[in-house]
Amino acid sequence: MSSRTIAGPARGWEYVIGLEVHTELRTATKLFCGCPNAFGEEPNTSICPVCLGLPGSLPVMNAQAVDFAIRVGLALNATIQRSQFHRKNYFYPDMPKDFQISQYDVPINANGHLELPSGAVIGIERAHLEEDTGKLVHRGGGGRIESAEYSLIDYNRSGVPLLEIVSAPDIRDPEEAKEYVAELRSILVAVGASDGRMEEGSLRVDANVSVRPVGETQMRTRVEIKNLNSLRSLTRALEFEGRRQVQLYEDGEAMLQQTRFWDEARAVTGALRLKEEANDYRYFPEPDLPPVAPDPLVIEARRSELPEFLSTRRAQLADVLPELSRDLRETVITDECWPYLRAALDANITPHRAVARCANELVALLDEIGALSPSRFVEVLALEDEGKLGASQVKVLLREACLDPLAIPELVAKLGFTASDADAVKAMVAEVVASCTQEWSRYLAGDEKVAGFLLGQVMRRYGRQISGSDARQALTRLAEEARAESS
Amino acid sequence: MTYRIDQADVAHIAKLARLSLSDDEIDSYQNSLSRILEVIDVMNSEDLSGFAPMDHPLETVNLLREDLVVPGLDRAEVLEAAPSAEDNYFRVPRILGSS
Amino acid sequence: MNDEILDWGIRELQRRLESAEVSAVEVLEAYQEQIAIQEPEVDAFLSLDLEAARRRASYQDERRARGERLGRLAGVPVVLKDNLCTINFPTTAASKILDGWVPPYNATVVDRLDEEDAIVLGKTNLDEFAMGSSTENSAFKITRNPHDLDRVPGGSSGGSAAAVASRMALAGLGSDTGGSIRQPAALTGIVGLKPTYGRVSRYGLLAFASSLDQIGPLAASVEDTALVAECIMGHDPRDATSLQEAPPQLLGSLSQGVQGIRIGVVTNLIEAANPEVQAGVEAAIQALARAGAIVEEVALKELAYGLAAYYVVAPAEASSNLARYDGVRYGLREPGVTVEEMMIATRTKGFGPEVKRRIMLGTYALSAGYYDAFYVTAQRVRTFVREAFARAYVSFDLLIAPTSPTTAFRIGERSNDPVEMYRSDVCTIPSNLSGDPAISVPAGVDADGLPIGVQLLGPALSEQVLFRAAFVIEEGLH
Repeated sequence: MSSRTIAGPARGWEYVIGLEVHTELRTATKLFCGCPNAFGEEPNTSICPVCLGLPGSLPVMNAQAVDFAIRVGLALNATIQRSQFHRKNYFYPDMPKDFQISQYDVPINANGHLELPSGAVIGIERAHLEEDTGKLVHRGGGGRIESAEYSLIDYNRSGVPLLEIVSAPDIRDPEEAKEYVAELRSILVAVGASDGRMEEGSLRVDANVSVRPVGETQMRTRVEIKNLNSLRSLTRALEFEGRRQVQLYEDGEAMLQQTRFWDEARAVTGALRLKEEANDYRYFPEPDLPPVAPDPLVIEARRSELPEFLSTRRAQLADVLPELSRDLRETVITDECWPYLRAALDANITPHRAVARCANELVALLDEIGALSPSRFVEVLALEDEGKLGASQVKVLLREACLDPLAIPELVAKLGFTASDADAVKAMVAEVVASCTQEWSRYLAGDEKVAGFLLGQVMRRYGRQISGSDARQALTRLAEEARAESS
Repeated sequence: MTYRIDQADVAHIAKLARLSLSDDEIDSYQNSLSRILEVIDVMNSEDLSGFAPMDHPLETVNLLREDLVVPGLDRAEVLEAAPSAEDNYFRVPRILGSS
Repeated sequence: MNDEILDWGIRELQRRLESAEVSAVEVLEAYQEQIAIQEPEVDAFLSLDLEAARRRASYQDERRARGERLGRLAGVPVVLKDNLCTINFPTTAASKILDGWVPPYNATVVDRLDEEDAIVLGKTNLDEFAMGSSTENSAFKITRNPHDLDRVPGGSSGGSAAAVASRMALAGLGSDTGGSIRQPAALTGIVGLKPTYGRVSRYGLLAFASSLDQIGPLAASVEDTALVAECIMGHDPRDATSLQEAPPQLLGSLSQGVQGIRIGVVTNLIEAANPEVQAGVEAAIQALARAGAIVEEVALKELAYGLAAYYVVAPAEASSNLARYDGVRYGLREPGVTVEEMMIATRTKGFGPEVKRRIMLGTYALSAGYYDAFYVTAQRVRTFVREAFARAYVSFDLLIAPTSPTTAFRIGERSNDPVEMYRSDVCTIPSNLSGDPAISVPAGVDADGLPIGVQLLGPALSEQVLFRAAFVIEEGLH
């Protein structure tokens, strides 16, 4: 359990949230048959006897889905174990066999955890494999399930592999819930298990939420909110539900354990008006599927292939720059930025400078990154570190390095950034002040305010070649020399 | 311990199994199911706690398939065999509500 | 000529076809004539496709004339229990809920028969979804025992058994969940094999109880049964519970005898049978002993618990396997205002009373509060039974017992008493629970001339020695 105190849904109250994230695994085929696992196809075009539940058909497990499950399990620090499939029995027309093949008491991944950017650690109870259902389309009555005249079914999604990742009830506020899903999403994408597209339903979130007075340790009656399909819906639904529950308690009303849905348009959660039938899923071991028992050697091989996760990058940055702000840190540890920053740190570029150049200049250039490789980036920053280039020159040079694959020293020459030595800069400044005799005299006479004007003139003329600070140094030196001569 | 099954149990499991029974049928099934449960009760005359539950005759694991696409069924043929279809979908009566 | 043709076993038939003494079309015509005579009395078939059979036979004759080498079942007329999927040909499981359904694919066993050039005549009757021991639970017709038309042929593969026993086909396929191949084989005087679980692919078999179901052959002789078994066994990547082991060679070792083979006589199963059946089993034991087998008695009291466990496990799995018959995607649909009402109306109309009984029994056994008491306990019994077998197989290579406690009973005699009907399976159920192979072989007739079956049981993968012993009994009692 997280021990930090968090502002609750209302003063004196706190949330207790557990999330179930259903991830569609990015396999080529479905979980138990060779039909394509595709999104957005024509209805009922990716179907076969198995995923249509035709009499006599039998499921055969997809090895790639197991592999993805293992990778995710390892990334979530879970125990990978011998697992058994069960049948979850209930009648529903989008489920062709009228049972779902899922994992029940022995999931493939158990007892993991996920560390959030905030430092909070959220327990992962399990991450198990199961098959997705078909899709219902409601006709008539505005296309809503409650008022439809009839419904249509597309079984393309039936049997698509899902990994259901169930967190412990460790999440204490809607922002943290969002942070958890975002972090989980980045891991799923990093291991290649998911495309992370929430808008296409690749990631679907159910939230179990209750509230309790701060200090209370028991869990109160929880409500399940189904199908939160964006981070925005997730936080808004949780905020609404928290307020609703506190209100009920404060009004002395009964809290019902129920399933609710999020109505995005009206920004409320509503009870699902399904027939009240006690769920009795009659789970039993799936007799058509032998257990999956991952080979320890395979598990170790997958462990060694795991990509670097954000939490690892955070830890590395914390070693070098313990005081770094969270915003800057989260900006530079993205997959796009990190290779540049890592290269810079490895080349002993001043960490502050490396982070600043990544967060400011590099981020702005990501869309047109072209020829700017991490090693070229480091070359440029090294010139700055050595005092050979000024900040504005660096900015120009980085952009140029994206567009033109010339070697960095040649680019420097091409841009005319040859004036990096103090004498050359001094010559440029001298040339400009020579044409501003009046202001120059006032400056020599001690009017510091006029320095801005002079530097502005210098930069207007030579700003692509020299840095402001170099120009200021040169100006100061010129003035000292002039005063020394006249005295 | 013998489990007795009453009429309410029969009605409940019929509902779970999506079957509708007349009162006579409930009566008759209560009767036959009770007799079958007596036969089943023989299991409880032996202490079996020392025997692990056997899920399956086979002890093999990891019978997996490669993640390769194989051709599926023709939509027109499948929907032709469906009791009701519309616009290339299977069609069913509405999900919610009652008659 | 036609009668002579019907007398030939598969290998005899193959020799005659190869030497061009007879054509596949002539063979088919002989069987067609026999069907015309027998079928009106026996009612073994739910559907016949003799036109297609004739085309296939005729094409085989052409291929043979061109010098092509044909499969091991070329020209052999076979029948399929109607719970095996056949592409573009109705498959009903003898249930109204699938009336008119035409599968878009073949069961793996059907493909295998096809590859061996067997000639499929039609689909045979069964107890609805294979739930029964008399074939009286079919939604469409009652099949009669060719030895006495007032009696049942056994079940649930009663149609295939009756068709073979009345010489309307040379061989048939059935499915055995609790004895559904062996018991009808015994009651109709033919041979029937339940292979080791996983030997034969279940892909395309309409599931009754997935952890118990196994497809197997029925034929008039041990040799024909062995040949068909060889053709259908072997790994299938579409069935994750299909064994990886190479299928056994059965024919080659058939006549190797049983010298020194240790056979345990399961006394408590023999005691459960009536005296005439006991006498038949005794005759088979004598035949084995004469051939040099070492025969000793053994009591396996644990097997008595099998019936109870079976009537938990099989209905439990069935309740789930049969959930898909909901009127949404195929088969029967009855009207309903909501989808739930439609499903209820469809299932209520589509399933017969025994299927409903087992669905409810299974639903009950799996439901909240009862799962441990019923399902888990039944699973413990499976271990209990399997360990009893394992102990017996330390001392014995095979076990021998009756297949059915009685010979064929009268139509209607047990149909109102499910418990009495269930007891028909007491000798066959243990092998399904343990997943081991067993074969039923004819062992004479009773005073009414009704066939008696003797059952040989062996440990997993012991089909080869099972067939050797079955062959000895067949020869010894001839």
